[in-house]
Amino acid sequence: MTDLYQTQRAMRNMRQAAMQRGVIAILDIGSSKIACLVLRFDGPSQFSDADGIGSLAGQSSFRVIGAATTRSRGVRFGEIDAMQETERAIRTAVQAAQKMANTRVDHVIACFAGARPRSYGLDGMVELDENIATEQDIARVMASCDVPDFGEGREVLHAQPVNFAIDHRSGLGDPRGQMGNELAVDMHLLTVDETVIQNLLYCIKRCDLELAGLASSSYVSGISSLVEDEQELGAACIDLGGGATGLSIFMRKHMIYSDAVRLGGEHVTSDISMGLQVPPATAERIKTFYGGVVATGMDDREMIEIGGDTGDWEHDRRTVSRAELIGIMRPRVEEILEEVRVRLDAAGFEHLPSQQIVLTGGGSQIPGLDGLASKILGQQVRLGRPLRVQGLPQAATGPAFASSVGLCLFAANPQDEWWDFEIPAEKYPARSLKRAIRWFKDNW
Amino acid sequence: MQPLTATKPAAPRRDPAPSRWAYRMNRLWLTPLFRAALRVGLPAFLVIFIAGAYFANPENREKAGLMVADLRNQIETRPEFMVKLMAIDGASEPLAEDIRSAFPVEFPISSFDLDLAQMQRDIEELAAVEDAAVRIKPGGILELQITERIPAIVWRSPEGVKLLDREGYVVADIPARLSRPDLPLISGEGAAEHATEALELLAVSAPIADRIRGLVRMGERRWDVALDRDQRILLPQEGAVAALERVIVLDHAKDMLARDLAVVDIRNASRPTIRLNTTAVEELRRIRDIQTGQNNGQNGAN
Repeated sequence: MTDLYQTQRAMRNMRQAAMQRGVIAILDIGSSKIACLVLRFDGPSQFSDADGIGSLAGQSSFRVIGAATTRSRGVRFGEIDAMQETERAIRTAVQAAQKMANTRVDHVIACFAGARPRSYGLDGMVELDENIATEQDIARVMASCDVPDFGEGREVLHAQPVNFAIDHRSGLGDPRGQMGNELAVDMHLLTVDETVIQNLLYCIKRCDLELAGLASSSYVSGISSLVEDEQELGAACIDLGGGATGLSIFMRKHMIYSDAVRLGGEHVTSDISMGLQVPPATAERIKTFYGGVVATGMDDREMIEIGGDTGDWEHDRRTVSRAELIGIMRPRVEEILEEVRVRLDAAGFEHLPSQQIVLTGGGSQIPGLDGLASKILGQQVRLGRPLRVQGLPQAATGPAFASSVGLCLFAANPQDEWWDFEIPAEKYPARSLKRAIRWFKDNW
Repeated sequence: MQPLTATKPAAPRRDPAPSRWAYRMNRLWLTPLFRAALRVGLPAFLVIFIAGAYFANPENREKAGLMVADLRNQIETRPEFMVKLMAIDGASEPLAEDIRSAFPVEFPISSFDLDLAQMQRDIEELAAVEDAAVRIKPGGILELQITERIPAIVWRSPEGVKLLDREGYVVADIPARLSRPDLPLISGEGAAEHATEALELLAVSAPIADRIRGLVRMGERRWDVALDRDQRILLPQEGAVAALERVIVLDHAKDMLARDLAVVDIRNASRPTIRLNTTAVEELRRIRDIQTGQNNGQNGAN
């Protein structure tokens, strides 16, 4: 746990340094594409005129000055599969974004979808020493959470306190200075496979970049796609990616659950490829041009040339009706959504006050998906697009860039995580200088 | 089976990814400091280094110096900048000759080689020149505009006979006073400094001008008017002009200067004094004796 503290704090410091310098890159490592955006932070002077949160939900403090996407290579299920290939793809994206930004970036915040995320709900409770909750008490109550045994080879990616309670008053955002006897905290812990993180770290290091933050893709796409009331009242964001489908449940502006299904748009493509006996590139093209999930009578008559390169006239002049294509795609999409449904049920999504579901990610562009999703997931389904951020090219405003945009917001206004709070005094070594300083601070 | 219609790809598809070194170079090139150093620092260093290496050799230094001098000479000797002759205006012939001989300029000469300010100062130092303007007229003419001093008075100084202008500046030496008989004469030490006053006195003394031989500065302090027949008028230090006017009035009224007297002393304005000549004194006594009768005659006989 201390090791985690160290690395996460180091990353947070790196992020601070990058903000000081004013330029930071964000890297969305997906299974189908790798996106790199270069952000320029204009400094706190931008905030000064607006009180509280600034315009555009406080994200006007930065501007996208470089954007590049490249076809992902060597990434499967949102995890790095072939290191060299992924490294090349990252280099391509970063170099193109740097060229557009005409500046060099050294710090990068990355997100990925896979690595088998698993959510844990933690709670802790302590007696308050002086009937007033202090920062030390918050540190103590967090330390008192009993961490579940999440097994060998798992690493904590997010650990966010989502709720504080003093005595019987729950739902406190900031308990500091409040009177009471007992302080309780609910935390959301997200763990992922350690090897995936290590592979990612290695790739980014090979690209001469410093990692200034890591985030789960489903979390950041939730930040960008869910509107404020959805985040407040409770909603699920389903990020239909290329190799993995992430889902995150938000409540009171905090992520309370996150999971990923290892199925995505690439599986639909491979189904088409197998079903129509075409190469994957053609299948991808057919899917994006003619794909759908709800067949109508019109679709029987719309014939699609699927082509071929064999020299056999009969083979190269094959056509398929759009209904047939939909017949191939629909079962797979249904499978993905049902799998998501299973995860949502497991998370107890039906107990939430609001059951809004937002579909985002590249896969959400399939025509008719919202109708299908409302049959499987529930009535309140909408298609979500990411928030618009300043300077983002038009080509990068689609739902496929939900996690990239979310990562921008994450970089600008990160959520307080466990490691951003103070370390409880008991955790310091007995003869530490810090402990002495703390004693002086508290008593004088 | 080979496809019949398909065109063979000429080369394997190029990998869009930059190589690791290309990527690093790209990033290095995007570093602002490095970029500035390479775009400004390196060329500047190269220029300075090459120039330094070239000029480290004294032969090269000399060559470069020669080249510069040659270029300069080429420009200076262009016909537009050449001065072909000197024109002297406002100077009499002997003075012009003097100037020409004192400033032997070999024409044609480049106007860059002429120091006009120095030349003007030098010309103004000449005794006979009151004011000089030196300029180069278009067409390559060096024009000297000279205002000459006009001799107004002859001064017999301890060093010799000199001509003075109205302000007392020495204009020229002359061999003898008779070279300029038309000008009045002054003499004595320190007379030149008071030439203006002398001229005023001479102007006042116009009624007796035919009798004046000159003015003499006495003890570097006051003037004497020397008349013919060895007569002198001793003028005071202050108010010499008024005193002389008074003497002239006396002369006009009593025909005083025509009498046989040696000195009219008017230095003390309240007590003008005259000194008679010896013969005049004897004559005066004889007349007094005649007037006073026998006694006097006896006395005179005694």
